[in-house]
Amino acid sequence: MKRTLPILAVLMVLLAAIAIANPHFLEPAGFLAFLKRAAPLVILAAGQYFVIVSGEFDLSVGSLVTAEVVIAARLIDGDGSATWPVIALLIVIGLLVGLVNGVVTTKLRVPSFIVTLGMLLILSGAVFLWTGGAPRGALSEGFRAFGRGGLGPVPWSVLILLAVGAAAIWLMRADFGKTLIATGDNERAAALSGVRVDRAKIIAFMLSGLAAAVAAILLGGFAGVSAQVGQGLEFSAITAVVLGGVVLGGGRGSVLAAMAGAFTLEALFTLLNLYGISGALEFTVQGVIIIAAVAAGAVHLPRMFTPRKGDAHAAS
Amino acid sequence: MNTLSRARRPAPRSEARGGLAARLREPTQVVFLALLALIALGWVLVALDGGQFLTMESVVGIQQRSAALGIVAIGQTLAILAGSLDLSVAYLISLTSLVAAEIMAGRDGNVLPAVAAVLGVSALVGLVNGLVITRLRVHAFIATLGVALIIKGVVDHLYDGPAGKVPESFQLLGYSRIGPIPVSAVLWAGVAVVAWFLLSRTRLGYRVYAVGGNEEVARLSGIRTGRAIVLTHVLCSVCAGIAGLLLASRLGAGAPTVGTDGGYDLESIAAVVLGGTALAGGKGGVSGTVGGVLLLAVLDTIFNQLEVNSFVKDVVRGVVIVVAVAVYARRIKGRSV
Repeated sequence: MKRTLPILAVLMVLLAAIAIANPHFLEPAGFLAFLKRAAPLVILAAGQYFVIVSGEFDLSVGSLVTAEVVIAARLIDGDGSATWPVIALLIVIGLLVGLVNGVVTTKLRVPSFIVTLGMLLILSGAVFLWTGGAPRGALSEGFRAFGRGGLGPVPWSVLILLAVGAAAIWLMRADFGKTLIATGDNERAAALSGVRVDRAKIIAFMLSGLAAAVAAILLGGFAGVSAQVGQGLEFSAITAVVLGGVVLGGGRGSVLAAMAGAFTLEALFTLLNLYGISGALEFTVQGVIIIAAVAAGAVHLPRMFTPRKGDAHAAS
Repeated sequence: MNTLSRARRPAPRSEARGGLAARLREPTQVVFLALLALIALGWVLVALDGGQFLTMESVVGIQQRSAALGIVAIGQTLAILAGSLDLSVAYLISLTSLVAAEIMAGRDGNVLPAVAAVLGVSALVGLVNGLVITRLRVHAFIATLGVALIIKGVVDHLYDGPAGKVPESFQLLGYSRIGPIPVSAVLWAGVAVVAWFLLSRTRLGYRVYAVGGNEEVARLSGIRTGRAIVLTHVLCSVCAGIAGLLLASRLGAGAPTVGTDGGYDLESIAAVVLGGTALAGGKGGVSGTVGGVLLLAVLDTIFNQLEVNSFVKDVVRGVVIVVAVAVYARRIKGRSV
C-alpha cells in the first residue's frame, strides 16, 4: 500500500486540476465519461503488470488489440447473432497468444522482448493477410454496446473495468500473486523454494493476452474498426505500469498502482487537451513527464525505503 | 541494466575455457551460416519460379535496402552491448532527415553545415539519452521511449509533410555506385569498421563489454560505467543521424515519418539480436549485426522476387527472429550444462 501512495497523490492532483479547468468533470456524467475513456488502457495496464512484475515484457498487446478488432469486424460482419460466439473466440485468441508468448519465453528461453516483438510482427502481418490489407466487415450493435452503451447511467466499460480491477487485486493477493512476485524478484530462489516459475510466467502472459482481448472489445465499440486502433498501446501500457512505480525487471510494485498509473496517464491526456496543448506537442509533454516521474521515483525511493539487495541494479 | 532478461541467461561457464575472441566469434558464425543457407534456399526457390536470384540488380538492391537499417543497427549494437537499448532512433532519423534537408535547402554550399548540424543534433540527443539513464537512473526502455515521444511531438508539431530540399550533389550518396557497390553500402561498411575497431581494439570497447556483462562488477573494477553508457548512446544516436542523412539524400527531402515508416527502432533491435548479440548486453559484436541485417535484406529480396504478399513477409520475419534467438539460447544452454 505504501508504494501506491505517490502515484495516487499525483492522480489526485491531476484530477483536481482537471476539475478546476472543467467543473463539469465533477458531475457523475463527466467523471463516468472519463472512466469510460480510461477503461481500455487501465485493463491493458493490469494485464501488462502481471508480465512486468514477473520480470518480462509484453510488446504484442498493441497489435493483438488491432488483430482482435479486425477479426471481430470480419467475422461478425454486421450480423447480431454472431456477437457472443465471436466474443468467446476473441477471448480464446487472447489467451492463446499469451500462451504462445509464455511458452516460447520460458521453454525455449528466448527473451520476452524478442518473443513478443516477433508476435507483434506475426499478428499484424497475419491479420491483414487474412483481410487483404484493410479492415473489412462491421461490428454488430450488440458488440459495440460494451464500449458505448451502459446499464442505466453507468457505462458497461466502467462495470467491466471494476470487475477486472477487483479480479486483478484478488489474484495478486492469492497464492498466485505471491509466487509471481517471488518469480520476478529472484527467479532462481523462487524455483528453489518450490515455485513453478515457468507456469507462473505463462499464466502472466495469458492474463496479458486476456486483458488485450477485453480492451479490444471495449475499444472496438468505443473507437470503431480501424487498422490503427491498437497502435502504440503496448508502449502506453508499459509506461502506465512504470508510472505506477512498478520496476521493469520484476519483483516490485502493486497492481493497484499500475492501474492508478494508467488513470494518471489518461488524466494527463485529458488535462493537456483542456489546456489547449493538443495535437503533436502532447507527445512532447508526455515524454518529459514520463521521464521526470520515473526519475523522481528512482532517485528518491531508495532513500525513503530500505534498499534491498539488487535494487541499484534494477532501478538503473 | 540487464534486467531485460536477467534470469534468461544461463551462466556462461565456458568463458573460462575459450578466450574472449573465441566466445564472441561463435554466434556470428551461426548468422553467416544461416545467411548462406538462406541465399542457397532463395536461389533454388527463385530458380523454380523461373527467375534468376543473384542478378546484379538484386545484389545492388540487397545492399541498398540494408544500408540505412545497417547503420542504425550498428549503433544499436553498441547500446545493447553496454546493457542498454535505444527506442528513440526511429524518430531521431525523421528529425535528422528534416534538419539536413532544411539546412541544405537545395544549395551545394550548405551540405557541410547541414552534415555538421545533423551530427551535432544527434550527438546531443544521445547525450540526453545517456544522461537520463545514468544520472537520473531511469530504465533505458523508459528513458529512450520518453525521448522518442519528445522528438515525435516536436517533429509532428512543426511539419505535416516532406520539407526542405537536398541538392543533386548530395543525392549521389543515396543512389550512385562504384561498380556493383552502392556508395551507401560503402558508408555502412565504414561505420561498421569504425564500430568494430572501437569495440575490439580500444579501451572503450573493453569497457562496453564489461559494463554490459555486469555493471556492478565493472564499477567495482574501477570502470566509470556511467561514462561508457553515455558514450555508447552518443555513438548510437550519431549512427541514427547518419542514417537520417542517407535517407534524406534518397528522398531528396526530409520527411517526418521516414524513420517510423521504416520501423527502425524495433527492426534495428531485431537485427542486432538476430546477429547473436545478447539483449541483456555484454555478448556479441558488430559482425553478427551485419549478418543479421543482410539476412533480413536477403529475406526481403526473396519475397520481392517471388512477389509474395507483403504481409506474409511480416509473419515470416517475426517467426525467423524468434526461431533464431531460440536456437542461440539452446546453443548457450548446451554448452553451459
